[in-house]
Amino acid sequence: MELVLSVSMGVLVASGVWLILRPRTFQVIIGLCLLSYGVNLFIFAMGRLVEGAAPIMPKGGFVDPDVFADPVPQALVLTAIVISFATTALFLVVIMASRGLTGTDHVDGSERKP
Amino acid sequence: MNGAADIAGNLPAHLTGQLPVHLIVAPILIPLVAAAIMLLYDERRRKLKQGIGLAACGLQLIVAVALILHAKDSTEAVSVYLLGDWPSPYGIVLVLDRLSAVMLLLGSLVALPALIYAGDRWHRNGQHFAPLFQCLLMGVNGAFLTGDLFNLFVFFEVMLAASYGLLLHGTGRARVGAGLHYIAINLLAAMLFLLGVSLIYGVTGTLNMADLARRVPLLSDADRPLIHAAAVLLAGAFLIKSAMWPLCFWLPNAYSAASPPVAAVFSIMTKVGVYTVIRLGLLLFGGSAGASAGFGAEVLVAGGLATIAFGMVGVLASQDLSRMTGNLVLVSSGTLLSVVGLAIEYDSAAMLSGGLYYMFASTLALSGLFLLVEPIGRKEGGIAGLLAVTAEAYGLDPEDDMAPNDAGPVIPGATTLLGIAFVACVMVVAGLPPLPGFMGKLSMLTGAVEAAGTQPFMWGHWLFVGLLILSGLATLIAMVRWGIQSLWADAEEPPLPAVEILAVMTVVATLALLTIEAEPAIRYLDRTAEALTQNSVYIGKVMNALPVGEGHE
Repeated sequence: MELVLSVSMGVLVASGVWLILRPRTFQVIIGLCLLSYGVNLFIFAMGRLVEGAAPIMPKGGFVDPDVFADPVPQALVLTAIVISFATTALFLVVIMASRGLTGTDHVDGSERKP
Repeated sequence: MNGAADIAGNLPAHLTGQLPVHLIVAPILIPLVAAAIMLLYDERRRKLKQGIGLAACGLQLIVAVALILHAKDSTEAVSVYLLGDWPSPYGIVLVLDRLSAVMLLLGSLVALPALIYAGDRWHRNGQHFAPLFQCLLMGVNGAFLTGDLFNLFVFFEVMLAASYGLLLHGTGRARVGAGLHYIAINLLAAMLFLLGVSLIYGVTGTLNMADLARRVPLLSDADRPLIHAAAVLLAGAFLIKSAMWPLCFWLPNAYSAASPPVAAVFSIMTKVGVYTVIRLGLLLFGGSAGASAGFGAEVLVAGGLATIAFGMVGVLASQDLSRMTGNLVLVSSGTLLSVVGLAIEYDSAAMLSGGLYYMFASTLALSGLFLLVEPIGRKEGGIAGLLAVTAEAYGLDPEDDMAPNDAGPVIPGATTLLGIAFVACVMVVAGLPPLPGFMGKLSMLTGAVEAAGTQPFMWGHWLFVGLLILSGLATLIAMVRWGIQSLWADAEEPPLPAVEILAVMTVVATLALLTIEAEPAIRYLDRTAEALTQNSVYIGKVMNALPVGEGHE
């Protein structure tokens, strides 16, 4: 499982970085999405990989850390997903506005002169 | 109910009794509530929204003053507020110490004139200006107060999300273009931030800054490189925000494209980045950090110096005031970052208090300069007209249509007043006596020269001295050139709305007050700097904070 997770994070981040460096706004936004998926997986992995364990501790009960998944990274990743979703949506609006105002989808607002 | 613990249980009652416990959370709640109330009203009721906004900013100023008076008087000025009344390393804490109190004050002092200025015309140029402005303040205040890393991220995002909206306020091609780059860069920074935070959690199992500072010296050798890697990732996010070279190229574009009141309030945002670098750098990698002490200090020094140099060249190369001021923001940031780097490297508070004083004064002056861009630029025949021709030649969009001022009284003697304000702001930024910029720079220079004599030789001190003096000179040359061309231009007196000059004069009056009250201010900042280098008090107070509801369980 570790190998699958780390490879998928690596692929996501690498493709994200590649796309962000491209000149089209659409490529940039897809790159940002992929990067945020990679980051979210990373946050999730920081709680250690445990299979089949519940994230919630019993009320007042003793907690054996071996039996329970760490709930904090799950809370963090939820917050991170919500925030990145919202900011990506906003970015999409700005991209549309830029396309409307400049008539091109180049990130600098004008095509490079040959 | 929310609980709070003013945990100075052993202090005499007259010290603990002064601060109402919930006052610490007020700088976050006031703008939140104000923004929420504004959303209930129709977009057309702008006067009402402006009134609510001004009231909220005024309240924040009063609260910030109350908090700073509290932090000044009590002996170990660290107060902790437990949100949700959970015990400290597990629950979320707000921490007020001298540094956060002074940053809160700076934030509200920058916000108030910017909002006054916006009341003339700018708040009508787009939608939802007033609520976004309050959300930005909420994020800024929250970032200054929070005591754990993840909430720092959340408040950063609140601040950034509001700043995206504000940067685009007024629209136009230049703003959307600059906004596109600004948002992309900040989304990337947010991801670096998240990577760093989660890595820190994975290594240490805590996100509370005080708890983290306690654990860093105890880390095993296998974990230490990981925490350093996490610190580098976090620093990447903060240094993009505080615009350290080479992460600073977005700033002059974004700030010069923003509408003037927005640019003015943005001048506090780079200081949020600087604040987090000061806070986390000294807390995690200060003198008590064991094997990690001084980590990354050289990078901060070198980067800060490079930023000063870059900003300096940028000021000389720019033609319009907003871009020049954007580059001056870089100079101010770079100065602070190198001072912090030197403080971390030698674990000394010597230059830090001068640096903080300079930061306070220069941030105010920079916001004043951003506010001056438009009133001075209205002068026809001055450099503004010249620039319009240049812009046309380069195929740029001319500045969006200047709606004639129909509202508000116009006052005579405009050029004189603007000139006085301009000169005052430039003197502060360049560091000429008698205004506070000079005292801050002098104090930093004295500290640097003394340290260069006693500490083992390091290129940093002398380079810093040289660059600081040079950057002052460059600022002066560039600004005087611009001032002569536009203020002394033979043109008609531009119409000057009273509201705009009121905003600018508020900044100038604050600077004057800072000059007159320099002695108590510097004494306060001396103690701030000292407390920053001795973080055991901070850690102890946060870790031992007692929930108020303890007895009821």
